[in-house]
Amino acid sequence: MTAVTTTPKKQAQRGRPGQSSPKLAYLPIIFLAFAIGVPLLIIVVYSFLEKPSQGTGVKWVFTLENYKALFIQEKLDGTTALDTRYIKVLWTSFYYSLLTTVVTLVLSIPVAMWIATRDARKRNLLVALVTLPFWISILIRTYGMRQIVADEGPIGKFLGIFNIEWSILYSPPATILGLIYVFLPFMILPIYASAERFDFRLAEAAYDLGAKRMTVVRRIILPSIRPGVISGIALVFIPALGSFLQSDMLGGGKTNMVANVIANNFGQARNWPFGSALAVLLIVLTLLFVLIMQGAAQRRGDKVELV
Amino acid sequence: MSHTQTSSRKRGKLVNLRNFPGFKPTAWFVLFFLYSPLVYVVIYSFNSSRIGAVWESFSVKWYFRVFENTDIQRALKNSLQVGLVATILSTTLAVMAALGLLRMQRAGKAVAMALIGAPLIIAEIVLAVGTLGLFIAVGVPLGKVGLMVAHTAFCIPFALLPIRARLSQLDMAPFEAASDLGANERQILRRITLPLLAPAIFAGALLAFAISIDDFITSFFVAGPGATTLPVYIFGMIRSTVTPEVNAISTLLLLFSGSVLIGSYLIQRKRR
Repeated sequence: MTAVTTTPKKQAQRGRPGQSSPKLAYLPIIFLAFAIGVPLLIIVVYSFLEKPSQGTGVKWVFTLENYKALFIQEKLDGTTALDTRYIKVLWTSFYYSLLTTVVTLVLSIPVAMWIATRDARKRNLLVALVTLPFWISILIRTYGMRQIVADEGPIGKFLGIFNIEWSILYSPPATILGLIYVFLPFMILPIYASAERFDFRLAEAAYDLGAKRMTVVRRIILPSIRPGVISGIALVFIPALGSFLQSDMLGGGKTNMVANVIANNFGQARNWPFGSALAVLLIVLTLLFVLIMQGAAQRRGDKVELV
Repeated sequence: MSHTQTSSRKRGKLVNLRNFPGFKPTAWFVLFFLYSPLVYVVIYSFNSSRIGAVWESFSVKWYFRVFENTDIQRALKNSLQVGLVATILSTTLAVMAALGLLRMQRAGKAVAMALIGAPLIIAEIVLAVGTLGLFIAVGVPLGKVGLMVAHTAFCIPFALLPIRARLSQLDMAPFEAASDLGANERQILRRITLPLLAPAIFAGALLAFAISIDDFITSFFVAGPGATTLPVYIFGMIRSTVTPEVNAISTLLLLFSGSVLIGSYLIQRKRR
């Protein structure tokens, strides 16, 4: 009897016969701890250190000044005042990412649904067309967008015929347009993956049973593609929040997002501790968003894996 | 019974639930939106004019400039070297992680998944400056070796995605049979696990290579002056002066991405 009860326990520990030993994962874990874990730790540590009087790097003196400097400005006469510059940068990043997520979502649902309802051959071609931009350098895609929206680009030339002035490059709309452009496939593909699995006979059944068209959309179709929508929101919002290239190349440095300010502090501004404090804030905001998304998904009973 | 069927067919004719008004034009608009910047870059790569936006005449001279530019060649060589090493290392480590994690205890698995998931969730700029800090603290010179380490790290989660997906679908019966028949772990790995995982390993390697070759931010911070990769070089070109040469390089890279994608698609179809 005792032998019978111990066997499953032992088996669970060893896993099923024929599987590899967990030791196999030790080397990748050690490597990742060094190459991913330590850099993150370094950022956290640096954010509590002082900036050296000259040069780059850090001075090993503990301080909370970097976090204070995110919100409070010390003036030359010694008085302090609320500094809204970095709050604005964070707000800008959040607002642009939110706008990007909303616009890509509104565009992607019809596109994903339309592709999912085509016949198999056309569907494969359309999916390939949406996937291809995934494999193209984001730098090149952003550069292409810059030429499209440039004052003397195709839009500008076309509007010039009607004497309408077009000048959005190096301004917030160009940055947002660039973000939408780059992240659109990240929204379409997961929604499509959900829509493709949806059995349209369910919608037809609901309709036959007397549901109105909009009721079918709201009660049957949208809940069915919800896992895809949640993945899409995560896949767009998270990278958009930390995006660097679009605001740099299309916003012209005038519309800084948080990644640009971090980069600047590790580059020309040479203030690693302050850049680290901003980076920690970005990590916290990102993780907060992940937790909210996971909470929302769990409450709905959807199984959504963000990793 | 037949009555309900005919009535539903009648209503089905009036309202088709698979076609909503506006979906088709939205889809075509989105495809146009996705491709017009790329098409524009390709067309203007053949423009002879030095000023990017003014069409002069058809010319392939910018392609000759690209092929004559030794800086571009060096950057391309760096990108390929880093990309190949990072692909091999990250795919190998991803296979090891995927197999080892299957039997790992909960706590260890949670730590491992947090480390693997970090590059997917945390903004690349944060990891990039952290890696810069690490390399300077440990004394790793900024250059190709450091780039290979950094690229390997953030490629692992991408290489892992298809491998884990495939592993979860595998039938465990052959493994148990082999084990019952006396095969040891190494034999099972070589003769059963790896052959069954091969298509997923290939897909993972392709994904890792694409991510490495495409990377800009980490390379920008960690490359140092000697190991400039192609994206970092192109970024510099775009920043300093807009020369139509960038259009030509971009077109070549588009061609490369497209052919890799089509090639992998054909290989995978052949396997099936």
